[in-house]
Amino acid sequence: MAAATGLAENALAPSLGVLQGLGGGVPWPPQATYELIPGRILFLIIPLLGVACFAYILAKRMVPLLRSAPDPRFDHIAVRWGRVLQFWFGQWKQPRYLIAGILHIVIFAGFLVLSVRSISLVMLGISRHFVMPGFSGREGYFYGIVKDYAATLVFLAVVIAAIRRAVFKPARYAVPARYGKSHTAEAIVILALIGTLMVSESLFEASQAASQTLQGQATATLAPLSLAWMLKNALLQTPLPWLQQIHLRAYLVHELTFFGFLCLLPLGKHFHVITSFFNVYFGKLDRGTLKPVKWGVGDEHLDQVKSFGVKKFEDFTWKHMLDFYSCADCGRCSEQCPANAVGRPLSPRFLTLKARDYAFKHYALFGNSKNGKALVGNIYSEEEIWSCTTCGACEEECPLLVEYIDKIVDLRRGLIDEGNVPQTLQRPLRALESRGNPYGKMEKKRGDWTKANRFQQVCDVKILDGRNRADTLYFVDSITSYDDRMLAIGQATTKILDYLGEDFGILGAAEKDSGNEVRRFGEEVLFMSLRDHNVEAIKASGAQRIVTSDPHAYNALKNDYGDLPPVEHISQLISRAVKAGKIKFHPVENANDVYTYHDPCYLGRHSRIYDDPRAVLEAIPGLRRVEMQRSRDRSFCCGGGGLMLFYEPKEDERMGVRRVRMAAEAGANVIVTACPFCLVNLEDAVKAAGMEGKMSAIDLTELADKCMARKPEQNVAGG
Amino acid sequence: MEILVCVKRVPDTSENEIELNSAGSDVKRDGLVYSINEPDNYAVEEALQIAARSGGKTTVVTVGGDEDEEILRRAMAMGAHQAALIVDEAFGGSDGAGIATILKAFVQKGNYDLILTGVQAEDGGAQVGGMLAALLDYPFASLVNSIEIIDGGKLKISREIEGGHKEISEIDLPCVLSIQTGINEPRYVGMRGIRQVASIPIPTLGASELGLSAGTTGGAAAKVKRMDYFMPPLGKGAEMLQGSREEIIDKLIELLQANGGLR
Amino acid sequence: MTRIFAYITHKGGAADDSAAQLVAAARKIDPTASPTAILTGWGSDLDAACDALRASYREIWKIAHEALAYSSAELVRQALVRVLPPGSILLVPHDHFGIDLSPGLSVKMKAAFVSDVLGIEGVEGACLKLVRQEFGGQVNTHVRCDISCGAVLNIRPGAFKPPESVPVGGLVVDKSSEAGALTARRRYLETVVAEAGDVDISKEPVLVSIGRGIQEKENVALAQELAEAMGAAVCCSRPVVDAKWMERPRQVGTSGRTVKPKVYLACGISGAFQHLAGIRGSPFLVAINKNPKAPIFQVADVGIVADLLEFLPQLTNKIHEMQCASGKKSA
Repeated sequence: MAAATGLAENALAPSLGVLQGLGGGVPWPPQATYELIPGRILFLIIPLLGVACFAYILAKRMVPLLRSAPDPRFDHIAVRWGRVLQFWFGQWKQPRYLIAGILHIVIFAGFLVLSVRSISLVMLGISRHFVMPGFSGREGYFYGIVKDYAATLVFLAVVIAAIRRAVFKPARYAVPARYGKSHTAEAIVILALIGTLMVSESLFEASQAASQTLQGQATATLAPLSLAWMLKNALLQTPLPWLQQIHLRAYLVHELTFFGFLCLLPLGKHFHVITSFFNVYFGKLDRGTLKPVKWGVGDEHLDQVKSFGVKKFEDFTWKHMLDFYSCADCGRCSEQCPANAVGRPLSPRFLTLKARDYAFKHYALFGNSKNGKALVGNIYSEEEIWSCTTCGACEEECPLLVEYIDKIVDLRRGLIDEGNVPQTLQRPLRALESRGNPYGKMEKKRGDWTKANRFQQVCDVKILDGRNRADTLYFVDSITSYDDRMLAIGQATTKILDYLGEDFGILGAAEKDSGNEVRRFGEEVLFMSLRDHNVEAIKASGAQRIVTSDPHAYNALKNDYGDLPPVEHISQLISRAVKAGKIKFHPVENANDVYTYHDPCYLGRHSRIYDDPRAVLEAIPGLRRVEMQRSRDRSFCCGGGGLMLFYEPKEDERMGVRRVRMAAEAGANVIVTACPFCLVNLEDAVKAAGMEGKMSAIDLTELADKCMARKPEQNVAGG
Repeated sequence: MEILVCVKRVPDTSENEIELNSAGSDVKRDGLVYSINEPDNYAVEEALQIAARSGGKTTVVTVGGDEDEEILRRAMAMGAHQAALIVDEAFGGSDGAGIATILKAFVQKGNYDLILTGVQAEDGGAQVGGMLAALLDYPFASLVNSIEIIDGGKLKISREIEGGHKEISEIDLPCVLSIQTGINEPRYVGMRGIRQVASIPIPTLGASELGLSAGTTGGAAAKVKRMDYFMPPLGKGAEMLQGSREEIIDKLIELLQANGGLR
Repeated sequence: MTRIFAYITHKGGAADDSAAQLVAAARKIDPTASPTAILTGWGSDLDAACDALRASYREIWKIAHEALAYSSAELVRQALVRVLPPGSILLVPHDHFGIDLSPGLSVKMKAAFVSDVLGIEGVEGACLKLVRQEFGGQVNTHVRCDISCGAVLNIRPGAFKPPESVPVGGLVVDKSSEAGALTARRRYLETVVAEAGDVDISKEPVLVSIGRGIQEKENVALAQELAEAMGAAVCCSRPVVDAKWMERPRQVGTSGRTVKPKVYLACGISGAFQHLAGIRGSPFLVAINKNPKAPIFQVADVGIVADLLEFLPQLTNKIHEMQCASGKKSA
């Protein structure tokens, strides 16, 4: 009777354990005896021990998070779940590196699919009758097929991955000598463990299926060409007692490996298997702005905060610590990092790993946690922290949404608080404090660019000083106001605004530096002072909207300041005018020039404005355009803006030089950009690279101004 | 070690063109930005580092008016333990010797092992340090670019001399040293740092607290007085090359060849 | 009229260039005056220096004392205070030694002190009318100095042109005995010589010199390329060394080397005195600077208002072109 019912059930739900005995009295794991220990007991103890050990390790890992700075990430639940769906479940960023991406997606999907099987297997060690709820009958049958393929694909993926790691050794995995030994061994071990899980699970099933087949019994359907299927066919020559042993041993191996692997996860880069969901859920939602000095402390109470920034490990927020745990050591961030590319001592990957290792060491699994010491001068160097241009390439690339900019800024806040600032940066900071611009030039001369080269005869720019009013404020910012070369951008912009019939003006001497870099260099109080001054001046001007030609100013006004009228970048304005037919361009001067557009970090990556500048270029007849390989959100930073112009890094080559070579490689001889700092860096780079005459750089506004087809009356002075 | 640093607030002139007022009696000061004299800033940093090494305290002092308080606050934000502002109408118009006399009276109210000043101020004469030392009858060294504490109440110092060489000497304490820029890397202090020391009181001392009678300082006692400012006479000056960039370069090459500048 | 003395520094038996300049300065105070040279030191070097001055000074006071073998300001001061008649005017060159010596000396002499004197316009009653500079050399100022109790005046080197030499046949007076016992609370130990660089700029006939206007370390290459094309060497002013863009042996100025080239290209150098003081011998001086009001244009022979970073490569290219055209190749 039992056999009969067993048979019928067998056909439907084979592999999830309703099988009665194997006919020859071969015990199931719970019934077997392993070295004098009954299976049922052994497989109760192993999971209990494994879970207990895992829980203990997790608890230890949580300790630093309990001592961390606050970080409110419990809002916008729907948005956060949406991001989990996109970035965690959907593995959205993985395919940016195609081969590794596909391999990972396979392994990730496989893990998700096999999670049901894994739990069932554990339970099977205690009760051979266990069936996962919802997976009996037809569902169970289909699941069985799916999981067989999943295990096979995962196995293939780890083999390919291991070969890739051991033989082809992609550059981004390499560990520079100063950071220690290679991580290849760790990676191979993990891959081997995963492979072992797949093989042992398949063997467990295959051995049983082979045994049943050899005894003429009904057996579970194994997915054709799956690992289990192939193993089963290979085992058909094997004597029954051996099959029994393989079956029982495979189970034991799987159990031990599974719980061993579980406990290994929080000890290294595979902690991300556990934390990735949470890291994505709690990820930063707002782009372009920075975390406050301390969450929960408003500007008015900032004076009461004893210590600014991150000086010791516990000053990081819990989310930042979670970031450190979640790093998968994939190296994508560092490969995209421009500072790393030119040999500066900054590698985002190792910024994270060093912090993670610090946490592991100081919050060890056994023994008391040690108190935090200063990080800079210990695991980090000052040059490392100042080297970052805040371009955001690392954050854009990271599949786990690890955050970097806030951490760098917090570390800088700590350095500033200690007075530990490179001498070359102190001068512009003092000048910003006393004069509102980093060059130390007089405030009253801030609007003088409107008169340079007798510009007032071309365009009379209104100064919104209370007597004059206008709808639109053109926020010029420091470099465009004071630099002899960059004022051309200001003049071109005003000509364009004029052409479009906009009623606009500038703040002139009342304007101070937007402070975008001041904030990103960690001088929060100075930033607040600049911000408060500017907000007041903007409000007093009565302007209803703000336009700027400086992406750094754009970012600060839009994201860091609050309480302001809408802000736009000039490229958006021009693009809109082009679409509406309000601007016509005549053809380019030289039809042989090949142009390429360089996405400024603060316009492109941080603000997602990629298409408007391109639309403007497309509208210019006869303009030949190529794209650089690294464009849009993969654009390569020119070297940085604002205070970055005053920092003297140790590097092999200038970022700007790298970039102009990329432009040449793409076949271009003119680089168009939409940021005064990009223009400064790229023009200097052309000289430094010895490419004068072969490459030139121009701002979008200058190009548009040159090519704008003017109506006859606009050619008269005073237009 | 008790260290005193004498500092001065001066206008920042590096980026900006100085203009004379119409009377020629002074320069136009309305657009000027003031800060601590740069060599004095190095002196403050040096004092703080020595105090940290030897376990001592640093005091900063300046002679001037209320507007000079800001540099004292900044020095305290850097870490100076206390400050003093010396103000008195009677001190107005003092020459270098007058300032040194005032500072001498202040020094004698305290008990300082080491007195530092910056080597010179933009508008000064690199004189107050040396004069102060002579008035106090302390040994003195100028253009100091390195200080080492050695046992027995002495310092080993290095002075900058012609050719960039270093003159090494031993000097007894108490002494006065004038500090050259580049001796260290001064720490940064920003608005936050100033705010944190904003409420610490800075005592003000006048002629009576210092025991200085009228006529010993100020314009009356000054032997050296500035009479006016005037623009340096242009004189012959350089022959400024005019024309297009091409033309200028050609002319320059011609001149270089004529003067043996090109091989 | 008050007696005028000139403190003469000397090295290796030769008197410093400033000796002749101080004569000129003294004549500006009192055209009829004949200043007395006063020297301190020890041994044959001191004797030789005193001897050399007989051509330009009527009287030379020699103070020889073993303790003065190395010129230490404190000891020199003690000797001078004892030897100089009260109410004297003492002229001292404004250099590292003068800065160290004069302020304290003036206090001990109870005399007035004026530092870094550029010009002397004469005596008005008990006062001397002098010219100084302020604001980094951007403005001059007239200063009145009460000389009724004497004065110590630090004279800027190069500010006064030495008079045509009329051999004078001076007399050396030995004042050593008046010096008395000399004790110091600052004791000289040794001199650490600055490292010699790969190039000795003091021997180079053509120099391309860069200042703060070069803006960044990477731009130093522009000057190097120009120098190569010209067959010149590169040197610099102090801010460039402070910023660590060039090594100290390349620095020209009061705290650096002294150079005597035929041709000197000052690129992005404002013309601060401390730098110009390092240039001796009146070379053909070309100044290239963005700021048309830079003080360097006062002392240069030829001036060009231009952005260095553009101008230098253009000049280099033109020189290369020329050299190719005439068949010469840069070595």
